[in-house]
Amino acid sequence: MRTERAISGPAATWLKKRNRISTVEIAFWLTTLLPFVLFPSYLSLASQIAIAALFALSVDLVLGYAGIITLGHAMFFGLGAYAAAVLAKHGWGEPLTGLLAAALIAGVAGFVTSFIIVRVQHLALIMITLGLGLLTYELANSFSSITGGTDGLSVEIWPVLGIFDFDLWGYTAYGYALAALFIGVLAARRIVNSSFGLALTGIRENSARMPAIGSVYRVHLQKIYVISASMAGVAGALLAETTGTVSLDTLSFQRSADVVVMLILGGTGRLYGGIIGAIIFLVARDRLSDLNPQYWYFWIGLLLMAIVLVMPGGVLGGLARLFQRNAK
Amino acid sequence: MSGETVILRAEGIARKFGSLEVARDISLALPVGARHALIGPNGAGKTTLINLITGSLKPDAGRITLDGQDVTALAAAERVRRGLTRTFQINTLFPGLTPIESVLLAVCERKREAGQFWRRLTSHAEAVDEAFAILRQLHLEEVATRETRHLAYGQQRLLEIALALATRPKVLLLDEPAAGVPKDESAALFSVIAALPADMAVLFIEHDMNLVFKFASRITVLVSGAVLVEAEPEAIRADPRVREVYLGSVGDQHAELRR
Repeated sequence: MRTERAISGPAATWLKKRNRISTVEIAFWLTTLLPFVLFPSYLSLASQIAIAALFALSVDLVLGYAGIITLGHAMFFGLGAYAAAVLAKHGWGEPLTGLLAAALIAGVAGFVTSFIIVRVQHLALIMITLGLGLLTYELANSFSSITGGTDGLSVEIWPVLGIFDFDLWGYTAYGYALAALFIGVLAARRIVNSSFGLALTGIRENSARMPAIGSVYRVHLQKIYVISASMAGVAGALLAETTGTVSLDTLSFQRSADVVVMLILGGTGRLYGGIIGAIIFLVARDRLSDLNPQYWYFWIGLLLMAIVLVMPGGVLGGLARLFQRNAK
Repeated sequence: MSGETVILRAEGIARKFGSLEVARDISLALPVGARHALIGPNGAGKTTLINLITGSLKPDAGRITLDGQDVTALAAAERVRRGLTRTFQINTLFPGLTPIESVLLAVCERKREAGQFWRRLTSHAEAVDEAFAILRQLHLEEVATRETRHLAYGQQRLLEIALALATRPKVLLLDEPAAGVPKDESAALFSVIAALPADMAVLFIEHDMNLVFKFASRITVLVSGAVLVEAEPEAIRADPRVREVYLGSVGDQHAELRR
């Protein structure tokens, strides 16, 4: 069935080149190793960033590629966080199985809700995702025997691979989160560079044409929604495992909104937009809350408006345009 | 017309928008390899009929069969999968994708490979080759890797047809393929249509009577949502009712009709 024979011709060459790993990408991943040696006191911030970046990447898959606007993705992030934490609370603190359980539970939740999600668009879609998010938050709040309610849960996580203990400095935490982010990016990269990724872009570009080329595109949307939900769940589990705690805050509307802000700051539909956005957002929060802990969202609001007005494609979109102009 | 196998049949198609009857008891049969023109004044319901046949609109009454199978209840995408494909009067393309990507997507959808998220796009070698062959057939190979939004308008019209061909239609419905294309270019566009496989049934809407008489082997005249007459080009040319319709609405087309 599978044909792996080499394709040729100028169009084929172009298709191959389209997805080539660039030197900028390699340089970027090397840079992510710097906190280990240069800023060891910021390792916990760095792992927060890696986790937020994975979460933003999961949102990029649905928002940036498939055009599904969501304001309730914390639902999956939180479900993942609680899945890992509850598992650990019941005596199984093995981190990798925790991630797996999180992916599974968030994925199932994603599958169930996807039937509603693909039937609505625009404002209704935003409201549905928002509603589902609020619903999950209050459910977690009321099932306090499982979730710990407003107190949350505090859990014991075993060493990663049985070797690396979660240390106070956060070496293991950052290494663990970074590895997960790297694998997440590789997976997302494969997905967006497949025929499936092309179909998602087609839906975003012009969903009206999709039926006319014989595409039952709701199935595509459901599929990416489940994948994205799983990834968000893994990000949530990473947070629970690296901090050893989980609270209702992982399910909050604020988290759903923040991740969209990060993605838009960095640039949607570009894989790395979420990562760049997470860096800007969390570093800004870290610096600004030092200066003024109460009003730091003022500056985030200002930054968001400035970027949307000056660089509609986010930071990466702006850089890409600059680069193209110079290349001409 | 006996002896010929009918590939697409529409029987008694009717549809109302409120009190306005946009389709009244329309029946149409396309044999394999048909070159059938659908003409009529503006607002006659030509595009509506294509929407009804392809499933973009649901008819209030009537039946559509494709290759002997009733497809009336099927969704638009499902009809395409069975070989009933359309193009659009107003470009309905993927502006941010290149022609090779767009056509490749359509080919992958037809081969049911578009959901395979674990395979590299370039590993669909047969699909890539096929997509490129379609672009070559429509003289789009030079611009295969240029974003659709940057293509010349005439090239975008060709891409409309390329996307439809990628679905391997048995019946192709072309909604004004040359809409908005300058007169000298529209003849070239129709030569592409004339070169389509002989076993593909083609129904096309076109306002230029020269092109209609040149390429159609049969013509249906639609007026106010109903079939006025269906006949061979010569009979249409001579039909006084057709002349009256065109004289009553658009005078210059009447002149073209007489030529």
